[in-house]
Amino acid sequence: MKKPKSWLKGGLLLGSVFLVAVWLVKPVGVSTQFVVLDGIVWNLLSPDLISQNDASQAYESSNAYLNKSGGKYASLVANPLNYGFIFALSMLVGGFVSGKLSRKKISNEDRISPKVWRDRFGASAKKRYAFAFFAGFLALFGARLAAGCTSGHMMSGMMQTSLSGYLFAAGAFATAIPIAILVFNSKRSS
Amino acid sequence: MKIILAIILGLAFGIALDQAKASYPQKIIGMLHLKDFHLMKVILFSIGFSSLLLFILLSLNLIDAGHLSVKTTYAGVIIGGAILGAGFAIGGYCPGTCVVAAGRGRKDALAFLAGGLLGALVYMLIFGLIKDAALFDKIAGGAVSLAETNPEKYTSLSGNLPALLVAGPIAILFMLIAFFLPEGTES
Repeated sequence: MKKPKSWLKGGLLLGSVFLVAVWLVKPVGVSTQFVVLDGIVWNLLSPDLISQNDASQAYESSNAYLNKSGGKYASLVANPLNYGFIFALSMLVGGFVSGKLSRKKISNEDRISPKVWRDRFGASAKKRYAFAFFAGFLALFGARLAAGCTSGHMMSGMMQTSLSGYLFAAGAFATAIPIAILVFNSKRSS
Repeated sequence: MKIILAIILGLAFGIALDQAKASYPQKIIGMLHLKDFHLMKVILFSIGFSSLLLFILLSLNLIDAGHLSVKTTYAGVIIGGAILGAGFAIGGYCPGTCVVAAGRGRKDALAFLAGGLLGALVYMLIFGLIKDAALFDKIAGGAVSLAETNPEKYTSLSGNLPALLVAGPIAILFMLIAFFLPEGTES
């Protein structure tokens, strides 16, 4: 049975984490860590990606993005045991722990695709994975262009009344709502 | 110490996102095609609630204003947001929730995560070509907020008005919308 005001519980829980994070350390953000992980793998394959300036000790990169803002990202790639990266890895563990805490388990078919997707596109796992991959590509490309995602811009940003947070949210919902309606409200294709 | 905090806070954030069902693609798509507003209520309430407490604590000097981080505003924020929105709608995940959902054992979240790694990599590769574009020109002075946050680093659009007087009503408005928005049909 559905508990009354479960949204309130979720909102209080989530809001508390956003608050405690900024109280103890800094606002929550995630999408940078995709760059850090890419950088770590890239740096393993070609170790000359990141270098350290002998004089200033600052990290530099042959990649313009990693090198920007005084090698901020290059430094994160060179030192993967940093706050943001460990935070993101812990989120993965958090999802696992939450599953253990939940009485309701996720069905095998829900592990592949949500019901709203199956009702529209059928149960093919390959099709769902292909579109989820494409969707992830768009989401992270967009998040990097915006320099933040739903966590950093939308939630943490609007919490601080950042102008960028409101504009990011407006941009995101301006495409997300029409696309979701277009994709999921039409009749099932055969 | 910071690493221990990263472990605890990341764990808490992952659990909170999953318990709030923010990592359920069914719930995200349900919200975006305007059927099931559970998550909209969660999001609006959590922003309003955390914001109200943040600005109360700031006004009492109980939070170090140096912890705040107001991001720069430029056209790319809106365009990037719009591109992310497309992925959000098709996939039913965002960059944070796909990590949590993958931990919960959702396989489509892993596909989204893998696509995300490629999307971020392609952005890294083309950044050198677009970095001087007008897309990155600051809007309204760049790192600005509606309420005063940290005057040493960021500009406030409300001048010298007490921050709580500006942020408080906005936060309460968010919470009120969360309360009065209909639940929709549970999906």
